[in-house]
Amino acid sequence: MTLGEQCRRDFPILGRVINGHPLVYLDSAASSQKPTQVIEAVQHYYERSHSNVHRSIHTLGEEATEVYEAARDAVRGFIAARSREEIVFTRGTTEAINLVAQAVGRTLRSGDEILVTEMEHHSNLIPWQMACRDRGAVLKAVPVLDGAYLDMTAFDGLLSPRTRVVAVTHVSNVLGTINPVGEIARQAHAAGAVLVVDGAQAAPHLALDVVASGADFYAFSGHKMLGPTGIGVLYGRREVLEGLEPAWGGGEMIKEVWIDHAQWNDLPSRFEPGTPPIAGAVGLHAAVEYLSKLGMERVSAHERALTAQCLEALARIPGVTIYGPMNAELKGAAVAFNVSGLHPHDGAALLDQQGIAVRAGHHCAQPLMRRLGIVGTLRASFSVYSTAADVERLARAVATLRDEL
Amino acid sequence: MLYSSVIRERYRRPRFRGTLTDPDARFEDVNPLCGDRIRIECRLEGGRVAEARHTGDSCAICAASADVLLELILGRPVDFAVAVGAGQLLERLEADIRPSRMKCVTLPIAVLQGALDGKVAAR
Repeated sequence: MTLGEQCRRDFPILGRVINGHPLVYLDSAASSQKPTQVIEAVQHYYERSHSNVHRSIHTLGEEATEVYEAARDAVRGFIAARSREEIVFTRGTTEAINLVAQAVGRTLRSGDEILVTEMEHHSNLIPWQMACRDRGAVLKAVPVLDGAYLDMTAFDGLLSPRTRVVAVTHVSNVLGTINPVGEIARQAHAAGAVLVVDGAQAAPHLALDVVASGADFYAFSGHKMLGPTGIGVLYGRREVLEGLEPAWGGGEMIKEVWIDHAQWNDLPSRFEPGTPPIAGAVGLHAAVEYLSKLGMERVSAHERALTAQCLEALARIPGVTIYGPMNAELKGAAVAFNVSGLHPHDGAALLDQQGIAVRAGHHCAQPLMRRLGIVGTLRASFSVYSTAADVERLARAVATLRDEL
Repeated sequence: MLYSSVIRERYRRPRFRGTLTDPDARFEDVNPLCGDRIRIECRLEGGRVAEARHTGDSCAICAASADVLLELILGRPVDFAVAVGAGQLLERLEADIRPSRMKCVTLPIAVLQGALDGKVAAR
């Protein structure tokens, strides 16, 4: 039995029938489905242990604090961070990047530069545009070469002593390209910049080692990796986190407060004002355990095989254009494509008629769409529960799409 | 049926697709949701829409919607044209459009209104 077939039984939603067909869910890059283990962990928490964390001096408060902090330890282990203080819970990748952009943004001076890439999701672009606008800093972008890869020569040329931040996606949510984060980190650090990595499309699919990656900040979302919505993670290297002012104020992020000033709390509480997404953290903990039990190397191999199968099957269909690397070894678990003469939204709507869920549109990456000269694409993406049969059904449906309209 | 025969027919063989030389009214806009882009051009005569064309890069629903919209307003007064609503187009498209795709139907209406903005009083 393949990994996909083994996992499917844990995901109740995959039993749904959509428009008269068994669901084929190929939109995991947008949001993955949830196994029973995660759903039950969240339910169990609410039924047994819910309370507010940290300052509730009663049994439930202690239990809630315990499970919330246990989730932090699990995430630390999952990404191989050095210490739990480096794990900040957020609502998701977007909030994590905004947190960094605001906190680091405050230290920017006029003329400083921030370097992003043309393949960023809007959530790793707009926060930097806002930081630049507020501080008179300059935003520059590394171009995409051959519709697939970062132009590393251009990257080298764009880096300068003025570069304060390099913000790059680990895995492109459209092209699937796995960017050379280690090399980017070396060069960014040599230029004196900090490296912020959007790991939303990497954390669900690759074995992560944030220390080895060299990233100063690494952001990802729970809901794309089998966990609940509303929980995300910002890993921050301790030395860098310690030097930053909090992004937002509120309860819990302080030690002592007077009317006109306050003393900040220690890491990571300093960056977690307000009541955190406790149930989300509990669910993420269960998701991390689920993935770890499968083994991330095995998860990667499974999804790489499906990506290779999908690339090969779609490439054989007349009129299909595939975007990004054609070698599955070089990409994450997503394949973006178009069918000539067919708008991606029409393609997705027609596939949905056959029970097949794919993403369609600009994928929150309009600068990349502009670079590719298209309005959008279809995108099939995979998770642990995806199977070869899913890819076969997609390919069969795509082959007849042009006749449907 | 998701895509009615009207939508298929208008998408494959649009009757009002193209551009006009020296139009009296012209507007273009984008649907931020999907990046669809529609441009509508009109030639006006005596306060009526004498000729109209649409171009752009859009899905079948949006293209078909633009096509039936222009058919509906051809020869009609400008103040009729700017008052056309989604209901009239849905009736002509004979389609069961889901809420997530209603923007595809209404984008041409907004673009036409943008083109004719100010033309009502100016006629």
